[in-house]
Amino acid sequence: MPHDHSDHPHALLPPDPALRVKALETILTRKGLIDPAALDEIIDTYQNKIGPQNGARVVARAWSDPAFKDALLADADPVLAGLGYSGRQGEHMVVVENKPAQHNMVVCTLCSCYPWPLLGIPPAWYKSDAYRARAVREPRAVLADFGVSLPEGTRVRVWDSTAEVRYLVLPMRPKGTEGLTEDQLAILVTRDSMVGTGLPRSPEGKT
Amino acid sequence: MSRVHDMGGRFGDGPVRPDAPNAPVFATEWHARALAVTLACGALGQWNIDTSRHAREQLSPIDYTRFSYYEIWLAALADLLVHKGVLSEDDLAGQGSDAPHPLAEKRLTADAVAGVLAKGGPADREGGPEPLFVEGQAVRTRHPGGNRRVSGGHTRLPTYATGATGRILRLHGTHVLPDSAAHGLGEAPEPLYAVVFPAGELWSHPENPEDEVVLDLWQSYLELV
Repeated sequence: MPHDHSDHPHALLPPDPALRVKALETILTRKGLIDPAALDEIIDTYQNKIGPQNGARVVARAWSDPAFKDALLADADPVLAGLGYSGRQGEHMVVVENKPAQHNMVVCTLCSCYPWPLLGIPPAWYKSDAYRARAVREPRAVLADFGVSLPEGTRVRVWDSTAEVRYLVLPMRPKGTEGLTEDQLAILVTRDSMVGTGLPRSPEGKT
Repeated sequence: MSRVHDMGGRFGDGPVRPDAPNAPVFATEWHARALAVTLACGALGQWNIDTSRHAREQLSPIDYTRFSYYEIWLAALADLLVHKGVLSEDDLAGQGSDAPHPLAEKRLTADAVAGVLAKGGPADREGGPEPLFVEGQAVRTRHPGGNRRVSGGHTRLPTYATGATGRILRLHGTHVLPDSAAHGLGEAPEPLYAVVFPAGELWSHPENPEDEVVLDLWQSYLELV
């Protein structure tokens, strides 16, 4: 049987992670420290209620409403609070705007800071060693892993989100979207475009 | 001096593998449970975000490297529960008592979840030292880095950026200092700045010298050039 090479207390739990979480949940429930119904509620929230659709609505509105965009870029917190998109892991938000001369990209090299209220739980790649190690040193090679190449003359600015402040990228509005409503625009906004590892979809359905 | 989690700029990692379109939020059921158990335990109020980050960083390099993301969370949670006296090692080994726990009244209930998540845990504070630096000013990060108060302690200055010169991009206000709060030494709030560094200041072979990295750094991590 494999065992932990560790004298940390966690080594007392079963090594298999699914059994490990089950064991911990059972112990804590028996002692009255956690409520399984609260766990279900937390999971339902991040599975069904909070996700990149929130961020996409904010981006679509910023594309449609210059005054909203100005306020968002100047001081995002009150704007997002007004929309109900604040709270845990998004207490202090800064929105950074992509422009032809500058592409923004977000990483957290020390852990996995990410704007939960706007994008939900980060995807596995955002938390991976490869992304955390490489995004700051070779962002263009990382973008190539996502199939993204930038025009000549575009500077890449990588935001290593090592503090309590979380960043959201405001991507550039795709061409050919002039007549679209906010709802139609929101469909074009991908999660990766708001992290800076992707670009929004084009209205023809190409990415 | 650096610890295993401090991997920014490291060589040797392979490609980043984007997930499949429409990948589920949680790859398996136990990922979801691990996240939920961790959040529910946080609501017991026995530690702060900096303490829990420190607990993950305290894992042995061999564990940190071989564990998947939520395994790191679980291991750190189990360690924290014991270190903070919430559970005993006997409890973890399945030999503890079922007697009512003194913290049970703090248990997060289902009807309180939405409010707790919406409230979050803002880290901005009134008071603390006045900002020393203004936008546009050149600053250098301290070298060597590391926690100045606790040997091997938690800090938010990545090793790749120690001793580097950048300029102040913006002031985020005054925030809790993780180097202190992670170790029960008080919140010690300080001005927090976004500092922008040219890629060539950080890497000997920058991909493109026009590129930049921005880091959020506390005032005591910085000195005027």
